[in-house]
Amino acid sequence: MIADALAGRRIGITGATGFVGTALVERLLRCVPECDLALLVRPGRRTSAAERVRREILRNNCFDRLRSELGSSFDAEMERRIAVMAGDVTRDGLGLDRAGLDLLAGCDVVIHSAATVSFDSPLDAAVDVNLLGPSRVAKAISDARASHPDLTEALPAGEAPREPAHLVSISTAYVSATRKGRVDEELLSEAAIPVGVDWREEVAAARRARSDIDAKSREPEMIARLTRAARSQIGAAGTHLLAERAEKLRQDWVSDRMVRAGISRAHMLGWPDSYAYTKALGEVALLETRDRVPITILRPSIIESSLHEPCPGWIRGFRMGDPVIVSYAKGLLKEFPGTPEGIVDIIPVDLVVAAAITIAAAGPPENGATAFHIASGDRNPLRYDKLVELIRTWFTERPLYDDDGQPILAPSWTFPGRGRVQRQLGRTTKALTIAEKSISALPLRTKNPDMFARLERNKAQAERALGYVELYGAYTETEARFSTRRLIELQGTLAEEDRAVFSFDPATIDWNHYVNVVHLPSVVQHSRVRTSPIPRERTTRLERMRRSVLAPGRRLAIFDLENTLIASNVVDTYAWLASRWLRSDERLRLVASLLKDAPRLLLTDMRDRGDFLRAFYRRYEGEATLQVQEDCAEMFSDLLLQRVFPEGIRRVRQHRAAGHKTLLVTGSLDLIVEPLRVLFDEVACAKLGTREDGTLSGHLDAPPPTGELRATLIREYAEAEGLSLENAVAYADSTSDLPMLEVVGNPVIVNPEARLAVIAQRRGWPVERWSRSPGMNRWRLPLAPPARQGERARAQDRYGRSRSWGTR
Amino acid sequence: MSPRPGFVFETDRSSPATLFWHGEGFRLEKLPTGARIVYPPEPVEALTDPVAQIRGALENPVGDSPPLSALLRAGMRLTIAFDDVSLPLPPMRSPDVRQLVIESVLDLAAEASVDDVVLIAALALHRRMTASELRHALGDRIYDAFAPNGLLVQHDAEDQANLVHLGLTTEGEDVEINKRAATSDLLVYVNINLVAMDGGHKSVATGLASYRSLRHHHNVRTMQHSRSFMDQEHSELHSSNWRMGRLIAASGVKVFQIETTLNTNTFPDQFRFLERREWEWSLKDRASFLATSFALERAPAGVARKVLQRTCSPYGLSSVQAGEVEAVHAVTTENVYRQQLVEVEGQTDILTMGLPYICPYNVGSIMNPILVACTGLGYMFNMYLGKPLVRPGGVLIMSHPTPWAFDPVYHPSYIDFFEQVLSETTDPFEIEANFEESFARDPWYIHLYRTGHAYHGVHPFYMWYWCAHALDHLGAVVIVGGDRSAVRRLGFKAASSLGDALEMAEDVVGRHPSITHLHSPPLLVARVS
Repeated sequence: MIADALAGRRIGITGATGFVGTALVERLLRCVPECDLALLVRPGRRTSAAERVRREILRNNCFDRLRSELGSSFDAEMERRIAVMAGDVTRDGLGLDRAGLDLLAGCDVVIHSAATVSFDSPLDAAVDVNLLGPSRVAKAISDARASHPDLTEALPAGEAPREPAHLVSISTAYVSATRKGRVDEELLSEAAIPVGVDWREEVAAARRARSDIDAKSREPEMIARLTRAARSQIGAAGTHLLAERAEKLRQDWVSDRMVRAGISRAHMLGWPDSYAYTKALGEVALLETRDRVPITILRPSIIESSLHEPCPGWIRGFRMGDPVIVSYAKGLLKEFPGTPEGIVDIIPVDLVVAAAITIAAAGPPENGATAFHIASGDRNPLRYDKLVELIRTWFTERPLYDDDGQPILAPSWTFPGRGRVQRQLGRTTKALTIAEKSISALPLRTKNPDMFARLERNKAQAERALGYVELYGAYTETEARFSTRRLIELQGTLAEEDRAVFSFDPATIDWNHYVNVVHLPSVVQHSRVRTSPIPRERTTRLERMRRSVLAPGRRLAIFDLENTLIASNVVDTYAWLASRWLRSDERLRLVASLLKDAPRLLLTDMRDRGDFLRAFYRRYEGEATLQVQEDCAEMFSDLLLQRVFPEGIRRVRQHRAAGHKTLLVTGSLDLIVEPLRVLFDEVACAKLGTREDGTLSGHLDAPPPTGELRATLIREYAEAEGLSLENAVAYADSTSDLPMLEVVGNPVIVNPEARLAVIAQRRGWPVERWSRSPGMNRWRLPLAPPARQGERARAQDRYGRSRSWGTR
Repeated sequence: MSPRPGFVFETDRSSPATLFWHGEGFRLEKLPTGARIVYPPEPVEALTDPVAQIRGALENPVGDSPPLSALLRAGMRLTIAFDDVSLPLPPMRSPDVRQLVIESVLDLAAEASVDDVVLIAALALHRRMTASELRHALGDRIYDAFAPNGLLVQHDAEDQANLVHLGLTTEGEDVEINKRAATSDLLVYVNINLVAMDGGHKSVATGLASYRSLRHHHNVRTMQHSRSFMDQEHSELHSSNWRMGRLIAASGVKVFQIETTLNTNTFPDQFRFLERREWEWSLKDRASFLATSFALERAPAGVARKVLQRTCSPYGLSSVQAGEVEAVHAVTTENVYRQQLVEVEGQTDILTMGLPYICPYNVGSIMNPILVACTGLGYMFNMYLGKPLVRPGGVLIMSHPTPWAFDPVYHPSYIDFFEQVLSETTDPFEIEANFEESFARDPWYIHLYRTGHAYHGVHPFYMWYWCAHALDHLGAVVIVGGDRSAVRRLGFKAASSLGDALEMAEDVVGRHPSITHLHSPPLLVARVS
């Protein structure tokens, strides 16, 4: 009996937070009541290893069944049976402290399931975890045993030292993906075709690649390129943010190169990806370095949702095949390569777990090392065309719905070659990239900024589709058939009850049932796709967001002015003020001069907002302050209010009504924003100096609040008022406002320009679409109504006729 | 030839299609056979020498009042208040009657060496007039003499320093009015009486009052008990104003009321077809109708609006009387009825009307959906004496595009009222109880009312209260050609054609309903027997 064989034993498990690991922990706790577990878990950045066990393992719905079986004693029982070792398989000695080492030393079996399963990990990361991981665990087992005082020195008389713990290492069947036809369950060292490369050299090369690529990313040409890319992405957002973005791009570039280095090396050596490649070398390394540790290697094929245990369809995370299935159902994968008669080797996770427990209970192999497959391809093959047909039928009956609530037609695949699909997707991606680039380059602000976000989303989807084809294409073309003869023989040695409880015979899977009833419902549920035509999710998200920004706990709301609350800018207001007292011929000259300067102004603005304002405000030099003040009051009704976004103003007032402080941060002049003051507790704006003769100096009293200065001002204000920025809300419309948006916990984007729309989409920032009051004339020039002759003369008498308006 | 009175026309198979106003355009609709059309009387004869008539009225006051010249003396404080931009509609061709009256008053004041004269635009909670509107109403001479020196002011109902509380009426209503007006030795009020509701004590008690005072008669209860506003005997609004007016007089505020009435010569020559009965249209009328409709239909909304809003009326002065408020107003009311009254026999199941581009609150601006509702249900519906034209539970069909459009400068609180209040409820009592206070006290709206050109925050509520009587009385309201979402927000139904609207109405009033069309403007008051 398995339960008896493992009773009183301590079983060590690595990778317990993973898919197989979680299922394994649950199954052992539920079906082997007398064993104890020691889980090797890496402490999180802010959470301890024990906390991670509680949060990431025990709270998973995998444990629902056990929880209801145990009732109120669940927590106590878990506490009693689970011990936690804080450690990390990427560190030598697993980074264990004394307590951890003692726990490991006391283990009778260690099941190593920790791996980086992503097929596109950077090469060195995959090497560290997949290649070196198993060897490190084996070494730690023997070291722990050796250094354990109770087990070395104080053995009871007459008792021989216990054998080191049996290591069950979970690998992948695809270590033999390069083979065709039947693959027996044998160690790679004994295989007919040897691996052929030295794993130590591969490790060294991977580490070298990281430092070479990193060095390359720091060369001046590369830095210039990255800085250019950063600027094109976020515009004039300020030095600090540009630097941050460029550094992020550099890291992404390095990481991307490392991924490609892994994939290309794997392909070169015949493996489908760096996962299989590092896993294979990992097996070789483990056998070479295992010392006295008995090893069983268990090689599952593609692990998918559970068949029966703990409940049908249980799955953790988004597995390899699932994104492909969902992308297919969403109509994104119009084609996928593969051989129709090829075999897709899928194995439900509970079968893998049952096999691992059976192996653990069976004890160490007689000859010190052995390997098993757990796969379906040999005993119960599922043909690729059959799988595709099952999926297509299922989604035809239960289609997913697009954003507009329309059902999506599942495409019919024709099984073309991989090259053709790749070329097609490559072309799409390229076209979308070009479209995106050209649109971003324009200072556009459409009524529908969704367009940019949609373009960005389409591009991301096309890229992802291409990624799937490149990564997973090989798995639909595999011609190896992984034999499970020895594993099935092992099952034959089991007692009747065990065979029922720990069944892992792939022949028992009814594929129709598994795909239709077990797996697809689970995938659909996990992928959070829209399965009904009512567009519910979207509106409620926006509603929730609105409620959340207006929650009483917020306490501070910060607003940008131009194009956030009012569709106007410094040039408009200047044109209005300048034209206020001009004769009609002078007005024409003013318009002409502004048009002439427009390209230069636009360029300066794109480079640096502060410089632009400084230069532009020089135009006010010599104007009578009192006159400008009076005119500004008039301009408020004639220009600014005409162009307000009523929803924006309402939002400001809603914040006030909720008891929040409101802060206006703008590069506009104090004279111009004066009538808006009543809406805000504090206004940070540009202020022109006044000369002794009562005219404006054309110079600013202080640097205008733009870019990073905004973040500083906001921080200072919040500090002085004792308000938390984490709880603050900021509204802005342009990438040059990024410093201000990033300083608060709740940025809200208003009518974004293309680049900001894309950023908002990526970061999940809520986007508001505020428009001018419908029915007003949009195309009116920002000029003051012509003044009457008499009034012009009177204004001149009062303040002295302006001498420079419009002539510069 | 004396002008023909208004009359009720019953359509038959050979009747031509009927003109419906439709915002900034028109519709020609064929009414079902047997439908009645109420046509307004033709314009009464205008006074030939208005200035002389005005002079005569000032010197020969009615009621218990000496002539104006006897009331003026050197060293006195004289305040002249005048009706704001909401009157008349459309604006009157220059010279405006206010200009003529005030010039006469000022001449007399100059003769009596009165130095301390201030002009006040009696805005109540309306928007402040623009410089050019003031110039239009008063003429360049007065404007240039008073405005630059700060002697031409606009009443500010939120300027606490410039309001005075005169006490409570017998019904406990606060009377709080403009301080300058209340503390002057003489307050001359210059009115334009376009409809019977205007003028009398309402001029001062409403035009120069504060929110604290206005709320006593601008509320749902009063509006529902004014049946109609045009009928002084049955108007709670009228009674309240009269109580206040008497208290103002009793507090020692000396008011010299000058009221004027205009004939219904509402539209300039190119729009003359609007005042003619369709079967009498000449070739020229037909041509100008076609040309105007064609041009308005094809012009962008903003342009059509601008063209129409610039149109000035060739109104003629039909009467002027001055002196003691109540006596003056009695004569005025007679003159209004003389021009506007039409006898109508019996009520109707369905009342149809076309709504024009303008109402008292959108001069120079957009007629937003709330104003559409108010014009139809508040004004046109209430143009009756006796009983409403439509029976209780009947249907009102009005024609107006009702675009979802607002002027953010003039009507900022309307936008929020539409978005925040009407989206919750259209019940006037609920609205009054739950929302009025917060809009009325909102500092932002007050700021815009005082410094910009915005209607007071509470004003859209009043517009909705004006509709209260009609909402209570009617079984349904259908807007022909209205923007569906905007009409829905108002709580009404939109129909794409008059035919559809009549079908919808039959669901409420039953088969073979009686139909009456109110052919207005020009304005008319129906005395329904």
